[in-house]
Amino acid sequence: MSVLEVTRLFKRYHGLTAVDGFSMAVEAGRIVAVAGPDGAGKTSLFRAACGLIDFDSGDVTVGGISVKTGMGRIKPLMGYMPQSFSLYPDLSVEENLRFYAGLFGVSGDVFASRRERLYRFSGLEPFVKRRAGNLSGGMKQKLALSCALIHQPSVLILDEPTTGVDPLSRQQFWDILMSLRRDGAAVIVATPYMDEVALADRVVFMHAGKKLAEGTPDELRRLYSGGIYRLALEPTAERMALLSGIEGVAPYRFGADVHIYVPPDMSGGELAARLADSGFGDAPVERIEAGLEDVFIQLMSGQ
Amino acid sequence: MMDYAVVIDGLSKKFGAFAAVDGISLKVEYGEIFGFLGANGAGKTTAIRMLCGLLQPTSGTGTVNGFDINREYEKIKPSIGYMSQKFSLYGDLTGRENLQFYGTVYGLRGGRLKGRIAELVDGLSLDEFIDRPTGALPVGWRQRIALAAAILHRPRIVFLDEPTGGVDPVFRRRFWEILYRLADDGTNLFVTTHYMDEAEFCSRISIMHRGKIVVVGRPRELVASRGLRNLQETFISLISEQGTDG
Repeated sequence: MSVLEVTRLFKRYHGLTAVDGFSMAVEAGRIVAVAGPDGAGKTSLFRAACGLIDFDSGDVTVGGISVKTGMGRIKPLMGYMPQSFSLYPDLSVEENLRFYAGLFGVSGDVFASRRERLYRFSGLEPFVKRRAGNLSGGMKQKLALSCALIHQPSVLILDEPTTGVDPLSRQQFWDILMSLRRDGAAVIVATPYMDEVALADRVVFMHAGKKLAEGTPDELRRLYSGGIYRLALEPTAERMALLSGIEGVAPYRFGADVHIYVPPDMSGGELAARLADSGFGDAPVERIEAGLEDVFIQLMSGQ
Repeated sequence: MMDYAVVIDGLSKKFGAFAAVDGISLKVEYGEIFGFLGANGAGKTTAIRMLCGLLQPTSGTGTVNGFDINREYEKIKPSIGYMSQKFSLYGDLTGRENLQFYGTVYGLRGGRLKGRIAELVDGLSLDEFIDRPTGALPVGWRQRIALAAAILHRPRIVFLDEPTGGVDPVFRRRFWEILYRLADDGTNLFVTTHYMDEAEFCSRISIMHRGKIVVVGRPRELVASRGLRNLQETFISLISEQGTDG
């Protein structure tokens, strides 16, 4: 059963449509990743889902209660982490946590036990006296998440929590999300990183306020039309010019290799023949799996 | 003798007892897109500040664009380009006005400046949005204008600080197509980033940890040498085995 449901949501600002009839649902114990370009409407969607901004039409319900009428009852169920760092830089780790606990009426022994659990969980223990402003990027985000968790919400809405965080800290952050998932939380997380998207139970690609595609990571990978081949050759300007001359395929540079997009109606053998005709007969070619990023680019370009 | 864009040998920077950069050595060629990687706090920023002539090394030697980083650092600054995601364009000004402003900073004016801007508008495909106020443009477009500003004076080395980190893949690929063209013309692009999806587009990378360079090589070869699936996993496994600071 879905814990959070967004139904045909519309949000306009001064004639600009930020969220354009968007629907989605999140079940308990599931992580849904929302990926989309800057300005796709992710932040507006998330704010509306938390009841932080009004919307023009549609509805958002949490546990069957609409944010339009039942915000008082919903608020204790929700945890929200905005995109920008929202903690008090001059307060210590512990003081920030205590402040957020106070907002939700969490105090005394209950606060103490949750605090200890969150410290263990996040690895913040050694830094409790440190001012939040002096934490590393990864630690800041773990503190912000801890603050959003202090009232033990069952729905978590996280707006790009790992943007600007290094890969190791991002992995640790996702370890925490996975354990929240096991505890039955419903999590919506926006991220620009396709490696994170691949870890989610469901993925929504969002563009121009609308849903571009939705499914499990595997389902989305299967949406890719055509194939990608890797040519393990240094992509010099000269080679790229030659490859661009091959009809029906689209070569592009990828770091120290060349990747070649091949349309669905062309076989690998046909590609090999055309490469040979252009003098690349001996070049090492292998087919590679299209990633979520490739799918995303293809869907966006088709718009 | 090989003409290197960046050569450093045993470069260190200490702040008191703390070695932010601890004896790094590196050779980077013109025409190469070099990814300078590391976790937050690994010492990348300090290293880059030394390479740009903004900070004096505690020890070690090196040249950037042929200038000695210990003695000729004042000459390094005007010879390089620098662009970061936080690069400040004036939001109320159009892209063209921004380029005119930065052009005068670099001592370009009149017909020469106009011609150079026209060349960049064409080369970086800016025509669609160059005459709109930059404040209202999507990030991906602003970045292209910021890059144009960084290369107005035709530097042979451009330092790019997380140029497309956190940007959507469509914008990112277009931006990198432009970087590849610059590299073809012999420019060295020195990219600092901790985004592995950016690093994968580099021809060679180094990974820095606790002030030291722990590995240098081509992205695919580094991944293969550790038998892992991608650069992300490779980075994490390399850093984890070095130990973390939390």
